[in-house]
Amino acid sequence: MLTKRIIPCLDIKDGRTVKGVNFENIRDAGDPVELGALYAQQGADELVFLDITATNEKRKTLRELVNRIAHHINIPFTVGGGISSVEDVSLLLQNGADKISVNTSAYRRPELINELAREFGSQCVVLAIDTKKEADGRWYVYLNGGRVKTDMLCADWARQGVDRGAGEILLTSMNNDGTKKGFALDITRELAGALPVPVIASGGGGTMEHFVDVLGEGKADAALAASIFHFKEITIPELKGYLQDQHIAVRY
Amino acid sequence: MNTVIIKYNAGNIQSVLYALERIGQEAVVTDDPDQIRSAGKVIFPGVGEASTAMEYLKGRGLDKLLKELNQPVLGICLGMQLMCSYSEENDTDCLGIFEEKVKKFSGGEGLKVPQIGWNNIYDLKTPLFDGLKENSFCYFVHGYYADLGRHTIATTSYGLPYSSGLHRDNFYGVQFHPEKSAAVGEQILKNFLENI
Repeated sequence: MLTKRIIPCLDIKDGRTVKGVNFENIRDAGDPVELGALYAQQGADELVFLDITATNEKRKTLRELVNRIAHHINIPFTVGGGISSVEDVSLLLQNGADKISVNTSAYRRPELINELAREFGSQCVVLAIDTKKEADGRWYVYLNGGRVKTDMLCADWARQGVDRGAGEILLTSMNNDGTKKGFALDITRELAGALPVPVIASGGGGTMEHFVDVLGEGKADAALAASIFHFKEITIPELKGYLQDQHIAVRY
Repeated sequence: MNTVIIKYNAGNIQSVLYALERIGQEAVVTDDPDQIRSAGKVIFPGVGEASTAMEYLKGRGLDKLLKELNQPVLGICLGMQLMCSYSEENDTDCLGIFEEKVKKFSGGEGLKVPQIGWNNIYDLKTPLFDGLKENSFCYFVHGYYADLGRHTIATTSYGLPYSSGLHRDNFYGVQFHPEKSAAVGEQILKNFLENI
C-alpha cells in the first residue's frame, strides 16, 4: 500500500546547510549533499532543500548544488526558495531537481502556478503555504517567511493553488513551528480531507507521537521536520520503527 | 555495450542518466535513430502527458523505430505507458508493444490522484527483479495505470491491483521510478543493464 512519507528539510545558505532555532543562532551544519545522502541512506522518503540565500548572485551556487545533489542522492528531492519564474524552474529541473516549491511569488502572481503546471506538469509543483491561526480562530496565509500577513484564508488559497495546478501542498503552521509541541492537526486535517492532492505537514514535530498524530488523526500524507533530525533528537530509523508499531504504513 | 537514453519532450531524463552514473554505468542521451538502433540497451524514460509525447515521437519517426528494436528496452513511467496499446489520457493510441490498456485512477476512498510516494511491488517475475524481495518499495508518481494482463511482471495496489511492471520479448516497462527508488531501484537498473 501507499505509505506515509517522512521528509527531512535542509535550509541552505550560500550553498551550505544551516541550522538554527526559529531562524536565530544560525550556524553552519556542513555540506548539504553529505547530510542529504545520510538521511537518504537512513530511510528518508524524500528531501526538501530550502534556499534562504538572500541575494540573486548566489543563485548560481544553488543550481550547482542541485546538480551535485542529483548526482549523489537516490531518492526524490524538492528545491524551494526564491523561485518566481518558469526560467528559474527550468534551470533547477535541468540540474536534476524532481520538484520545486513556490510560496510568496505564487501568491503575488497566482498565474505562476498555472504556467509551471502547464510547462512541467503538476507532479513537480509544490505549493508551500505558511499559515497562522489568528485570534478569530481562522487560519490566514502569511508571506515572506512569515513576516507579512494577508487577508486570505489558508484553505481558500490552498484550493485555488490546486485548481491552478499545484500537485502537492506543503503546509507550515507558524503557531506550531519551532515549538516541538506537535503539528497543527486541525488545519492539516481540514486541507488533507478536502483537497485531491497530498498534503505535507510541517511545523511543530517534537516527539515520535506527534508524527503518529499528524499522519493518523491529522490525515497528512507526509510529515516534514528539520531540527529534530539535524540535532539527532529523533533518528529516521527509530521514527519509522515507532510509526510501524503504531500501525502507520511507512516504507522500511 | 553502450546504453542509450531516448531524448524526447518529457521530463526526468537527466535523473535517469545520473542514476546510471551512480551505479557506475555510462549512457548517452540522444534522439538520433542510428545511435538508438545500434545501442546495446535502450532506456525510454518520461514524465509528462501521453498525447503530446506520442505526437513528438511520431513527428520524428521514433514510434516506428521503438517498436522495431531488438535489443533490451526499458520503459519508465510514461515510457512504459506509451509502450501499451492505448491510454485514456487524452484518448491516445500508443505504441502497442504491450496489449494492456492505460486507465485513469478513479480516486475516492481517500485515494489521491496522482498517486505520489512509495508503494510495494509484488508477484515479481523475470530477472529484472533478481535479488529483490516481494513487496519491495518503489517510488511512484502517476495518475494513470496499466491494467493487469498476460504481460504483467510486477503488481502494485492503489485502490485496485495494476501492472507496475510489464514484459514482452525484449521489451520491459516499469511504472515506478527506479532512478529515484533508492537501493531497490539501483538493483533493478543493474539487473536490466547486466542480466538482461
